[in-house]
Amino acid sequence: MKLWLVLMLVWQCHTTALANEAAPLAEDPVVEQRLLTIAEELRCLVCQNESLAGSRADLALDLRRELRTLIKAGKTDAEIKTFLVDRYGEFVLYRPPVKPTTWLLWFGPVLLLLGAVWMLLRWIRRNQHTTAPQKLTDEQRTKAQALLQNTDTPP
Amino acid sequence: MKKTLIPLAIFGVLLVFLAIGLTRDPKEIPSPLIGKPAPVFTAPVLNGQGAVFRSKDMLGKVWLLNTWASWCVACRYEHPILVEFAKSKTIPMVGLDYKDQDAAGIQWLSRYGNPYDVTVTDKDGRIGIDFGVYGVPESFLIDQAGVIRYKQIGPFTEEVIKDTLIPLIRELQP
Amino acid sequence: MIPEIGHFALILALGVSLSLGLIATVGGQHNRADWMAFARPGAQALWFLTMLSFGCLTYAFFTNDFSVVYVAQHSNSKLPDMYRIAGVWGGHEGSLLLWQLMLSSWMLAVSLFSRQLPAVMVSRVLGVLGLVSVGFLLFMLITSNPFLRLSEIPEDGRDLNPLLQDPGLVFHPPLLYMGYVGMAIPFAFAIAALLNGRLDAAWARWSRPWATAAWIFLTLGIALGSWWAYYELGWGGWWFWDPVENASFLPWLVCTALIHSLAVTEKRGLFRNWTIILAITSFALSLLGTFLVRSGVLTSVHAFATDPTRGVFILLFLAVVVGGSLLLYALRASKVRAGGSFALVSRETFLLINNVLLATAAASVLLGTLYPLLVDALNLGKLSVGPPYFNAVFAPIMMVVMLFMVIGSYARWKNDSAAELVKKLRPVAIASVLLGCSLPLLAGKWHALVAMGLTLSFWIILASVVQIYRHLKDKGPGQVTPLSYWGMHIAHMGIAICVIGVTMVEGYEAERDVRMGMGDTVTVSGYTFKLTDMGERLGPNYKAVVATIELTQNGKMITTLHPEKRTYLSSTMPMTEAAIHSRLSGDVYVSLGEKLDDSTAPAWAMRVYHKPFVTWIWFGCLIMALGGTIATLDRRYRKKLPRTNTPPAQPTDHPPGVTRRVNV
Repeated sequence: MKLWLVLMLVWQCHTTALANEAAPLAEDPVVEQRLLTIAEELRCLVCQNESLAGSRADLALDLRRELRTLIKAGKTDAEIKTFLVDRYGEFVLYRPPVKPTTWLLWFGPVLLLLGAVWMLLRWIRRNQHTTAPQKLTDEQRTKAQALLQNTDTPP
Repeated sequence: MKKTLIPLAIFGVLLVFLAIGLTRDPKEIPSPLIGKPAPVFTAPVLNGQGAVFRSKDMLGKVWLLNTWASWCVACRYEHPILVEFAKSKTIPMVGLDYKDQDAAGIQWLSRYGNPYDVTVTDKDGRIGIDFGVYGVPESFLIDQAGVIRYKQIGPFTEEVIKDTLIPLIRELQP
Repeated sequence: MIPEIGHFALILALGVSLSLGLIATVGGQHNRADWMAFARPGAQALWFLTMLSFGCLTYAFFTNDFSVVYVAQHSNSKLPDMYRIAGVWGGHEGSLLLWQLMLSSWMLAVSLFSRQLPAVMVSRVLGVLGLVSVGFLLFMLITSNPFLRLSEIPEDGRDLNPLLQDPGLVFHPPLLYMGYVGMAIPFAFAIAALLNGRLDAAWARWSRPWATAAWIFLTLGIALGSWWAYYELGWGGWWFWDPVENASFLPWLVCTALIHSLAVTEKRGLFRNWTIILAITSFALSLLGTFLVRSGVLTSVHAFATDPTRGVFILLFLAVVVGGSLLLYALRASKVRAGGSFALVSRETFLLINNVLLATAAASVLLGTLYPLLVDALNLGKLSVGPPYFNAVFAPIMMVVMLFMVIGSYARWKNDSAAELVKKLRPVAIASVLLGCSLPLLAGKWHALVAMGLTLSFWIILASVVQIYRHLKDKGPGQVTPLSYWGMHIAHMGIAICVIGVTMVEGYEAERDVRMGMGDTVTVSGYTFKLTDMGERLGPNYKAVVATIELTQNGKMITTLHPEKRTYLSSTMPMTEAAIHSRLSGDVYVSLGEKLDDSTAPAWAMRVYHKPFVTWIWFGCLIMALGGTIATLDRRYRKKLPRTNTPPAQPTDHPPGVTRRVNV
């Protein structure tokens, strides 16, 4: 009897200690984590440019609730995004889909970079061929010095 | 000469787009459901003592689904126009009381008038989500086959009813 | 009475700026000394009048003069003094007045610190800036007058937006505007040079300190804005690629390219046309930013109350200023081929690469920001372009920039040998890779992106340290290291530190979202939080619920944190005041949520974060700004014009490819 009492007391202390550890706010932290990852790439439709993950707007709360249901039903990320796009259009995606309308957006930067690098190399090469280092005559040298005096002291 | 005009040309194009942008509203989200079948739903009737409305029952008719709420300010501007329109008995109208309390909804209708053939409630907003509702009021014109033909974002005005809605209804049910 | 004085001062200012713009510019065109002499006093008079006007508006705020519409909209009798003054720029009209004040302050600075510039240059620069002022003053007087009166004086004002009632509002807009508006100075120099027909090394030397000064302020303004968002918004984010954030970042990117391009134009007389374009573009982007924020064309959390009329005006202004400059450029850009050439492996090439990369980065950010507008204008639907796009596009470009940054600072002008560079940099490269790839293992989990970020940061830091060490060792007696040398290295290391912060936070931040009752604890990254008390507090114009949280680490007590949830008297929206404990190694961040009434014992939603090295982000920016400041103080920018034809000190005779002095 005494042993049983002691065991009960020990068990009580144990559970009391556990009771002090704060429980996660979400019902299911794993689902919640996945929700946040997906929702960070989605737009809150009624906010002035906020993600669905952080917004406290009513519609955002409703949509997050919907997404939780979908996640628990085993839908993939793509299916969840399609669910929202079907109802609200592509405006809801913060990562614009790659399609002909957005080719300029997604490929523009890299094409611009390649184009600029190509032009740069071509310019450098051309510059080297056309301007060969020239020797100054004495007259040109004195003229240059006079000019330098007038503008600024040399670097 | 030609190469140095390129920056000016690029800037000119940019200006044109910015000018066009001034005429657009970046917060308006057009519906992707136009031309697609309206979501099928069942909903409790407001004060129907347990009666249930099935959207499938509306097949074969052209009808208007109007979302509203007792907490919605803009709905008060739209409501008299809807009440007036309902008098012409052109098409059946179904009201969707969005994220509201039953008592408040009933009180609001008795105060501002009831243009609806039937009013249903969407307490948790699920039906709204299926329709892509992001604010109230929003309205959907649905045809005989159950396809959404038009969405009105924000309150109706008399011009929209006269110039857009009625002609479209006439087209759908000659 | 005072607001009327303020209003009148603005009208007078318009007159002065118009006269300044016309007289000084035409005077410079025709080389009329008497007209050009108007430039400096004109700019100073403009500053005085703008300051007077600004003072009147501040007075109206400070004395709670609610008969002024703007004060009634943005202030309240219970608003603390500090915010009453900062509230002057809390709304659209007042912020425009702040803009104009900053512009005239820069003009004042130019009028005072330009003794070494020829009179033609000064009068043209101030003339152009005067014309820009005309635009802003007209805009204010016609569409956005801060001094309009109400016929019925309300008992109290509507109050300043609670989000803005924070010390951040006192510093962020003024600093940011100093930077934004500062872009007008190199712009004015560029226009003056185009009007002059003279695009040479001298012009570049004169513009450079002004461009750098504007860059410094913009760096600080953006950094402060980011830090403010971090501690104010309650969820620990510090950059969202919001259109208005991008609007301030774009001029920064282009200005960074500009100060590097100016280096080449100053030293070697090359890239002149490109430098002019950069100078025009950075100010154009400032104006574009003004347009985006105030016209309603894009949705943003930062947008002022929007009005299409204002949008039209700014667009016209943008068209005139930028269109006019680019037209001038098309007509006057130097058709003379620059007289120098340089090898493929040379400092010039690396600076050009820097420019190409930064310009591409800026173009990409601009593309992403404007794309929704573009698609909508073409009736192709509505799109959103958010952080996923910008991060995907911007981060790789920045990494390449960091890679070349080091090589550029090592390379010699005109001609260098690839083999030699590799030899000098190989040990640094190896050390960076070793450090960068091994440190993530110590921190916990290994992420490729973290390793890359750290490697590049160490690449910059070690390379700079090694170069400085070698330079000090090889320095001859009496050889002076120019301040710009130190500035360069310090600024570059600032970037590295910033990137370390970004990398570590993105890689290792941890958060827990929990429900806490009295006495409950939660642990994140070794830090333990315990809720010990919940109370209420009354502020000057708000009521707050305050939690007391004990922070311990490994059982040792560190501090007590007090996150709050405030309800301001003027608004129903509750505001979170997060509690942050900052250390060099990272921040601990607690955000109090709603009270949860679904349990028997009282409990509250609480979010706790650990953000490792997050303050390094803003420290890095501070160091960047410090580097810029040191560089601006370099003596060569303050050298006076020689008054007579005195013979030069020594003939410059450095053969190409070999330089004894330090490369800057």
